[in-house]
Parts: sequence; structure tokens; C-alpha cells
Amino acid sequence: MNIGVYVRLAHHSETQLAEAFLQVSDHHRDEPDVEETCRLLSSWSKEKSNGIRPFIATYGEPRVNEPETLFSDLFQGPRTGGLALLRDLHDLWLLATEAMISWTVLLQASRALRDEDLEHLCTRHITQTDRQLAWLQTRTKQAAPQALVVA
Amino acid sequence: MTITRNSIEDIWGPRTPYRGQWPERSDCNVEGTPEKWVPSACVLCSNGCGVEIGVREGKIVGIRGRSDDRVNRGRLGPKGLYGWKANASPDRLTHPLIQKKGRFQEVSWDEAMDVIVRKSQEVRQQYTAGAIGFYTSGQLFLEEYYTLGVIGKAGLGTPHMDGNTRLCTATSSAALKETFGCDGQPGSYNDIDTTDALFNFGHNVAEQQTVLWMRMLDRLCGANPPKLVVVDPRPVPASLKADVHLAPKPGTNVPVMNGLLHLLIRHGWVDRSYVDAHTIGFEKLEKVVADWTPARVAQVADIPERGLREAAEILGTTPTLVSTLLQGVYQSMQATAAACQVNNLHLLRGLLGRDGCGIYQMNGQPTAQNTRECGADGDLPGFRNWDNPSHIADLARLWNVEPHIIPHWAPPTHAMQIFRYCEQGSIKFLWISGTNPAVSLPDLRRTRRILGQKDLFVVVQDAFMTETASRADVILPAAIWGEKTGCFTNVDRTVHLSRKAIEPPGEARPDLEIFLDYAERMNFRDKDDQPLIKWHTAEEAFEAWKACSRGRPCDYSGMTYERLSSRSGIQWPCNSENPDGTSHLYVDGHFPSDAEYCETYGHDFDSGAAATPERYRAHNPEGRAVIKASDYLPPFEEPDERFPLWLTTGRVVYQFHTRTKTGRVEELQAKAPEPFVEISSQDAADHGIADGERVEVRSRRGYVQMRAKITGIRPGVLFIPFHYGYWDENSHPRAANELTLVEWDPVSKQPHFKCAAVRIGKPGKSGLVPKLVKTFVRKTFG
Repeated sequence: MNIGVYVRLAHHSETQLAEAFLQVSDHHRDEPDVEETCRLLSSWSKEKSNGIRPFIATYGEPRVNEPETLFSDLFQGPRTGGLALLRDLHDLWLLATEAMISWTVLLQASRALRDEDLEHLCTRHITQTDRQLAWLQTRTKQAAPQALVVA
Repeated sequence: MTITRNSIEDIWGPRTPYRGQWPERSDCNVEGTPEKWVPSACVLCSNGCGVEIGVREGKIVGIRGRSDDRVNRGRLGPKGLYGWKANASPDRLTHPLIQKKGRFQEVSWDEAMDVIVRKSQEVRQQYTAGAIGFYTSGQLFLEEYYTLGVIGKAGLGTPHMDGNTRLCTATSSAALKETFGCDGQPGSYNDIDTTDALFNFGHNVAEQQTVLWMRMLDRLCGANPPKLVVVDPRPVPASLKADVHLAPKPGTNVPVMNGLLHLLIRHGWVDRSYVDAHTIGFEKLEKVVADWTPARVAQVADIPERGLREAAEILGTTPTLVSTLLQGVYQSMQATAAACQVNNLHLLRGLLGRDGCGIYQMNGQPTAQNTRECGADGDLPGFRNWDNPSHIADLARLWNVEPHIIPHWAPPTHAMQIFRYCEQGSIKFLWISGTNPAVSLPDLRRTRRILGQKDLFVVVQDAFMTETASRADVILPAAIWGEKTGCFTNVDRTVHLSRKAIEPPGEARPDLEIFLDYAERMNFRDKDDQPLIKWHTAEEAFEAWKACSRGRPCDYSGMTYERLSSRSGIQWPCNSENPDGTSHLYVDGHFPSDAEYCETYGHDFDSGAAATPERYRAHNPEGRAVIKASDYLPPFEEPDERFPLWLTTGRVVYQFHTRTKTGRVEELQAKAPEPFVEISSQDAADHGIADGERVEVRSRRGYVQMRAKITGIRPGVLFIPFHYGYWDENSHPRAANELTLVEWDPVSKQPHFKCAAVRIGKPGKSGLVPKLVKTFVRKTFG
């Protein structure tokens, strides 16, 4: 059984996502909504990563480092300004999508395993990830025209 | 000279107790005998009291309330009775001014408009219309907003248009949209005449809408008075009359409301048949509020459990209910979420759409409703939905332009973001009309810095040399109320026509004329190469607006200037089906929430993420109201060791906004000449502060100095009125917004004026005052 790979992957994704949201929050303090919302969304990722942790023990833990690579590829040092904000939101979206697909994969596996606890957890986490993505989408759409066309 | 009552000393005047028809009482303040009386309505709050302006020899000599008006039945408050005097202030701007090397020079209208037109063309050509922004008001007339909306959206095509309504009424609009699918106040002021209970949440009605409070007071001292529940951290006139007064900790409105709804559900005070037939989302709400037991609410909000239970019993069992909300909700944490919980209260109990039942998501300003309706702010004209292509196509057809001209790739830019783009330099041209952000925006140091940026060209259209105007590149002198004709709509959808009574001073011009002149000089065209703006007078603009509003919830199509003149006030919608207007919306429990009709697809209350059209359609409410739940989120900035107190800001009865008018009326100014900081006796004792002593209040953003006033305010909370800037006194920092922080509600984008962490102490030695007023200050009195 390989489910441990995805338990670990989901945990990593959310840990990184929590960190990434915090980092963007710090870098864009001049954008109060970004600062505050990213902090809030970081706390959601923290909850998600804490939520999946107990399952690591249940399902074993092969070492995976994919999201870490993704994180370091995406966030290279602080950026500020309109275009930088757009790039950071873009990168957060990629990371959140990575988390989303992990939860989707896990949800499917939990159903096949009849692990109801994991299933409920994944369903809840998919909802939260979806809300994170929705905000990223909304804020990106708002920021893009000004950053790319006017500035 | 006739003054019917001393409204300065006795704000609300003698009682006329009643239930049923509110008796008339004619309030009047006239100096001299008028030759004629000109119909209008009052513009010194959002109540929209019907008035007549007394005119003699081309000057305003007084005012009287209209007894036949449904809003005030002849009454006026102190601001209404005295505010007209500001029209004749020697401080009025009378010539266009251009700033050259830090000094203003009088120029002709041609010169001023030429500079503005050249600059806007240059900016548009170099950076697109996205480098042009408009920041307007809640004080202009409907015809002016609509014209401005068309200029911005179809002429220039900029998404950057908002009003100062963002600071005052954005949450009202957002909450109505989220719950009912569209803006529009459900009730009617007549509801107060018969209601069995009143619920004032964060709404200091007695000082803000004095005439509305007179109506409530008259009920409270009549037969079968309504129960009164007040939620406010300060002792306010209404709380002294209340059956239950809750004074929660700042930032805990959602817990309080969740606690009340928790008790309603637990006691079975829910109209299940109404909920089932007319709403969606109840189960989610039930789940969220299940955790908000009275004990938990008492702990989080720091209010007594018993008070919460008593309030819930009144609200849960009253057969009719009128709720009013204002800045205590709108400018606090989780603004939209909390405001929607009051909508939910009415939905759960089925208390909507009939006499005695109303929700007033109040407005602060006289014409704020029109800023929202006409699309001069972050909304589209006629409550259309920016995310619905067929609504955009509608507007494009109406204006005879290509749909892609109208920016609709994202919601119109909200004010706080407009100023952020100015700060970043991507907006290079900002046109401010009828508002004073240099005093009213949060974090004034930042605001002054932005307005003073070299690469930002600022046009200010105003009647006075405000703190903002003094930082403009070009100032356009505007005519005000009494000097121009136009309509405006109050908080219960009553439309009044305000006629021109006198000529504006000097070369001042009505805002409508200024906008029309700009449109002509910019040569905005429709797709048949005809002028985009096809009207030249206020009445023609009104006719154009009627066409735009037709078929939408705010339908004006059945009104004419003539009909508005023949009676005092008509409530929209007024169309062929409702030729005399409409007292209550949603009488049949049918809401404007259908996916094709609604003004918004809704938002996530915690993050502000917009729901997509696809998602909304998948759960199309199809005419049902949307019950949305929200859990508590603690404030972002909370008191700590360095800044241990909460600051809230608000109003005093004698002043309006940044006092541009009321501060120039001696009777009003004399009663409220300077700001003060309200502090509890406990905090005063802890800090060794005596009543009336000069103190300094400091936040992370700045500091102010003023006198302390010891009151029964909640310990841990300070209150400073936000009216005071620097045009008449600039020896020390004193504007409340030196202290407030730049953050806003995720849904309504309304700034959180009511939760900044501050400290209080003895004033520091008076060092050099920051450059508060840029060029000059004129003394009005003495």
C-alpha cells in the first residue's frame, strides 16, 4: 500500500503552504488585506497540516521532498510592489493547487480503505483549500490589470 | 425672526406621544420674512427630512420642516435647523484655483478645465484609463452621480471609482447584497409607528439621525411603547431608555449576534415555515451558532449572560421588530458578517415585508444611497452585477457603447485600494469630489503623504478649502444644496427633489455642470459617434437615470420631477405596477437573489473571496434569501502592553463629517468646538487623569492631544469624535484618524475605524507640529 506517500505529501504541502502564506503576509505589509488574509489562510494550512499528522503514524512514512523543491523554486527572496504581489499570489496558487490534488488523491484512497476518519478530514480540508484558492483567484484577478497594464 | 424651538439646548424637542400615525410638529428657524419657500430635503444626515428653504432677496434666510412629509412630519434636528447658514459662509470657494509653487492662483473655468482635460488625456494616453481614479461622496445628487458614473465607466473606462460611502455605508450595501441578493432597504420608516420592539445595534441614532430618534422617542413615551434593545460600548441617549443595553468588548459583534441566534433557535423562536419557504442556508447557521452558548458569548464579548438572555427573549418573541445598524457594526471587525446576522434574525423570525417589521442597514450620509444606486462608487448603475455579462450588455446597450469599454474584469476598485494605487504611483490622476479624505481616511499621516506625492495630480471639487483641497493641484468651486436642483434618496428609499433656491456664490458651479463640461471637453462619444452624455440639465439626467433603473430593484421609471414636486417624497420602486411607490420590499418573501437578477454572487465572509457565477448558479437561491453564518475571528490589532486600550471613533450631534458646513455655523460650532477623548472613570483613575484635563492619545500610527471627558463608557475603551481636522485649528494633532489603522472588512472593504490599540497619558512637550495643513488656514469666527 502506498497511501503513506500521499499522507506525507499532503502534510508537507500544507506545512509549506502555511509557511508561504506567512512569508507573503510579511512581504506585503503595505497591502493590509493581503497581510491579514494571508495570515488567516496560513492558520488554515497549519490546522490542515496538524490534522493529517496523526495519520502519518497510521500509514507509515516514506520520505518525500517534492513540495519542498516546489517551494524553493517558487519563493526566492522577498519581493514587493504590484508585479511582485501578483507573482507571489501566483506562486501561492500553485502551492495551494498542489495541496488540493494531494487531498483529492487521499480522499479517494480513504474511501477505498473505508477509513471514515480520514475521509471526513480530507473532505473538510478540501473545503478549506478550495476557500484558499478562491481568495487567491479573487485577489489575483483584482491585481493583474493594474500590475500588468497600468503600472 | 421665528425659531419654533431651541434645538441647540433641547435637541429632540417636545414629545408628541403616539402609536399609529406620527403627529405633525412644525420646526422652523427663519431670520427675516421669506419671499418664497423652495422645496427640498435636509442633507445633514441620511434621514432625508422634507424641508422648505426660505429665500429673501436671493439669500437663504431660514428653513422649515414639511408637515406633509412622510419622513419627518415637520420636524428638524439642530443641524437641519442651522446648517443652511453655511451656504453664506465667507469661506466659500468662489473661483477655480490652480496650485503653482505651493500657492493657489485664481483662474478662469476655461483655464482650470483645460488643465484637467489636458492632464487626463495625457495620463490616459501614456498609461491607459487605469491610471485615472475618482473618489466621490455621499453628498452630491443622484443626477450628478449617474453622470459621473457614465463618464468613468463608459467615457474613460476606468475601474477606479468609489465614494466616501466606502467609509460609511459600504457594509450596509454588502450585507443587503449577501443576504437578499441585492441592495435595497426592506422596510419603511412607518414601521416605527406600530412596531413592538426596536433593536439598535451599533447605531447611536439619537445623535446621528435626530429626527428618527424623535419618532422612536415619541413611541417610547406613548401607549404600548415598543421594547428597546441597544448594543453599544458607550452609554448613548438610546441606551438610557433601553430595556436591555449590552456593551460588548470591541470586535465581538459576531459572537453577540451568534449568541442571540443561538438562543432563538434553542427556544424554538424560529418561524420554520418562513425559513423553509423563503431561505437557504439555515442548517449551516444552526451548526455555527450551536457553539455560541450564552456562557461562551459572555466570556468572549464580556457581557452579562442575563442581559443576552433578556435581549434574546425580546427579539425572539416580539410579533414585530425594527432593527437599525450603523457604524458600530460597519466599522468594526467582521462587519458584513455581523450585519448579515441581523438580517438573519429577521429571516429566522419571518419579520420582514409588513408593517412594523423593518431592517435598516442605515446610511450615514444624505445621498449615500444614490452613490450606490448610480454606480459612482464600487457598484454598477441600477444595482447591476459586474460579474454578469448580460448586465454589462444591458448598460452597453443603454449607453450605446461596446461592452468591453465598461470595466468588468473585476469588481470596481474600492477606495482603500484606489489610494494604495496612488501610493504605488500607478494611479496618477485622482479627482476628488465633495469629500475630505485628508481628515476622514484612516491613518492620516499616510493619507497626507499620498495626496502630497509629486506624481499624483489631484483635482478637488468642493465648496470650501478643506484639508484635502489645500493639497490639490486644481480646485473647482462647487455649488451646494440650495444652489442647484437634483434628487436624493434616504435610507427608507424615499426620493426627494431638492430645488435650487439661490445662486451659488461667485463662480461656483453645480457638480453636474462641472461633470458635463468635462465630458464635453473630453469629447466622449458613443459608438455612433454621438456625444456619450446626451443630457444637459438635471431633469434630463434624471430621465436618463430612469431608463437605467427600469426593471431593476431601484426602479425610478414611474417618477418625474413634476410628480416629485406635487408631493413630498416617493419610495422606490416606483413604476407602472407601483405608481405611488412601494412601502415594503419582499412582501411575498420573494428576494432579488436569482442568478440572472442578483447584484452579487456573494463572498466568503472570512477571506472576501468572490463566489464564481458557476458556483452561484449551482446553488441558485432562485428568489430565496441566503442565510450565511460566520464564526468569530479575533481582531488583527488587539490591545497589548504598549497600547493597552481600544479606540473607537464616532460622531457628536452638533457636527457633521469633517465640519465643512457645521463647523462654520456659530450655533453648532459653539456647542461642540473641539474634540475630546471619552474615558471611563476606572481608566481615568488608573492613569491619573482628571475630567477636562489635556491628554495625549497615541497609537502605532500617530498621536493626538485633547481634553479628557470622563463618562460611563466601557472600561478599556476610549472614544474620540472624528469630525475635527485642521482648517480652523492646526496648532496640534487632533484628528481621530491620526490614530486609526488601515485595514478593512474583507467583504465590504469598509475600514475598521472602531478598533485601534492606543495608549493615553499626559501630553508630551509640544514639539513641532507635523505639516498638517499645507497652505493656508482661514479663521471663520472672530
